[in-house]
Amino acid sequence: MFRSHVLICGGTGCTSSGCKPVMDAMKSEISKAGLEKEVHVVQTGCFGLCALGPIMIVYPEGSFYSMVKVADVPEIVSEHLLKGRVVERLLYHETVSHEGVKSLNDTGFYKKQLRVALRNCGVINPELIDEYIGTDGYQALGKCLTEMTPEEVIKVVLDSGLRGRGGGGFPTGRKWDLARKLVPDADQKYVCCNADEGDPGAFMDRSVLEGDPHVIIEAMAIAGYAIGANKGYVYVRAEYPIAIKRLDIAIGQARNYGLLGKNIFESGFDFDLEIRLGAGAFVCGEETALMTSIEGNRGEPTPRPPFPAEKGLWRKPTILNNVETYANIPQIILKGADWFSSMGTEKSKGTKVFALGGKINNTGLVEVPMGTTLRDVVYEIGGGIPHGKKFKAAQTGGPSGGCIPTEHLDIPIDYDNLIAIGSMMGSGGLIVMDEDNCMVDIAKFFLEFTVDESCGKCTPCRIGTRRLFEILEKITSGNGTMEDINKLEELCAYICDNSLCGLGQTAPNPVKSTLRYFRDEYIAHVKEKKCPAGVCEDLLTYRIIPDSCKGCTLCARVCPVNAISGDVKAIHVIDPAKCIKCNACVEKCKFNAIIRE
Amino acid sequence: MKSLAELKAIKEKMQGQVGIRNHDEAHTRVVVGMATCGIAAGARPVLQTIATLVQEKNLSGKVEVTQTGCIGLCQYEPIVEVFTPDGEKVTYIKMDEGKAREIVDKHLVRGVIVSEYTVGASDLNK
Repeated sequence: MFRSHVLICGGTGCTSSGCKPVMDAMKSEISKAGLEKEVHVVQTGCFGLCALGPIMIVYPEGSFYSMVKVADVPEIVSEHLLKGRVVERLLYHETVSHEGVKSLNDTGFYKKQLRVALRNCGVINPELIDEYIGTDGYQALGKCLTEMTPEEVIKVVLDSGLRGRGGGGFPTGRKWDLARKLVPDADQKYVCCNADEGDPGAFMDRSVLEGDPHVIIEAMAIAGYAIGANKGYVYVRAEYPIAIKRLDIAIGQARNYGLLGKNIFESGFDFDLEIRLGAGAFVCGEETALMTSIEGNRGEPTPRPPFPAEKGLWRKPTILNNVETYANIPQIILKGADWFSSMGTEKSKGTKVFALGGKINNTGLVEVPMGTTLRDVVYEIGGGIPHGKKFKAAQTGGPSGGCIPTEHLDIPIDYDNLIAIGSMMGSGGLIVMDEDNCMVDIAKFFLEFTVDESCGKCTPCRIGTRRLFEILEKITSGNGTMEDINKLEELCAYICDNSLCGLGQTAPNPVKSTLRYFRDEYIAHVKEKKCPAGVCEDLLTYRIIPDSCKGCTLCARVCPVNAISGDVKAIHVIDPAKCIKCNACVEKCKFNAIIRE
Repeated sequence: MKSLAELKAIKEKMQGQVGIRNHDEAHTRVVVGMATCGIAAGARPVLQTIATLVQEKNLSGKVEVTQTGCIGLCQYEPIVEVFTPDGEKVTYIKMDEGKAREIVDKHLVRGVIVSEYTVGASDLNK
């Protein structure tokens, strides 16, 4: 029995900031102090505050240590674990106030969060099935198989109001109901999990698989029971090695315990799972392309209907849900539809996980009830914008979504509100942009991504997105005309209406929404040939302010192309014809005498 | 595993262990003095005993066992203090493993203070 648990995050974020050596040092220090039998070191999934990794929580005190280095470990062992004195200097600064140490749940980052899908992430060891069972794991599957009919399971999911967390927001219960009923005499059905998380900046699915893989297994088995399927596939991208490894371990453990396989809980229900690795194509997040890819073909979408509920994987009735959607299911079964539908807004129930990124202090993973305002997410939980800069917009839904400008900061976030303001929930990537971001450049960034990722099957997407990108390039290089802005709009509408799958249909969204809210920036690029945020290189000129220049010659010496001339203690001048806009002089100047505009 | 009963058995076994990670302000806190004076007087086996029993008896969802530094009454170590959520504090002195067992059984499980081991019952107040 252990009197203290040391939880060390082993998610991808903390792995890259160095949790492994910290873990090893902790184990060796603990054995040096003779505490192996008293202190339990646990590797967990993501705590969410990735910006402050490696993260360590020591229970029972609940002390939250951030940015722990190997050199800090002996102090934590000798002070905290042996003598019970919390090492205050290593605590997450938000938990330390003049009144003493605060509970983690009282800090800005966690206070407004509500963890349902992420409830076990950062709490249990994802590689031990017993820990999952200790936190009610597989109880929901047991309840479904022994107490409920498949129809009752579907009814609970339907009544809960759960909608697909992958972005579309289709009611999960309806999807299951269709798959159960549409083809009554089907000899085979399939349950699939979409873990092909492709939006730049989104990593919630990865974190669930890394931190709580059993919840996906349990939920997929429940889904299989509900629709009458005995076989499931998890489609996960190969660039998530930690997630794949833990899911693989979890599937093995579940099989050993008889929670996957034949006659689960002696109910006569059989279910088994396999992992399919994707090569990382964005289009494979689209359901028909994903299933084609599972079948072993090139990942290209096919027209719908027929929908997967009728003819999906290998032309058999199939349901495909996203990782986060599944992560909600066992809790809904155990706590009931009313519990789940008590959270959120009228049409969007429950919680949503967001991956916060971009210009924000607390980069990481947060889960909030639907209907939380963007202001709360950015300022309360996210800790605001670094360096006191001004918020400009947040991009939700990645390359398929749009931006939310300052005037909509107080809109409650849910599926319908986001669509009404020209964005979409998407899988939950939330990229914050400040005054230094050029919105035309942002649109160009996302278009470059979709041009790359377009599978090429249909013309509007393959050629249309390429043309969109070229017009954007023309504008950001200072060669755009007002006619180009009109052309952009026309082309956007055309691509949306005519593309085969979701990728193409939503690809113009970043352009549409930046045009809607930041048209003046486009016009500034075209008419004044200026980039207001100072991002688009071709439109920038570097100039030395004569009054501020001290003639120190630093800039002239750092300039790689000798574009700066001037004698010692005399005012320097930049030759715009030679300047390559590398910004080296600005970084070197100690007097802020060089401006770019 | 073939039955729900087996699943339940694993759950119960694990709950005591995982429950320690449920940090809640409403816990009863058991604090063992683990400064040099405490350790010298034998606080470690006391702490270990209490922590083990709390988990064995599935109390870890409600009771938090932790250490602290020197309380100041070094000659009465090992000292164990029990803080209940209502703000009450009971201080037990000169603890050993046997007494610790008694405190878990009586005070933590049944809510009965073992007054003969408290600081109030000692010579200190005479």
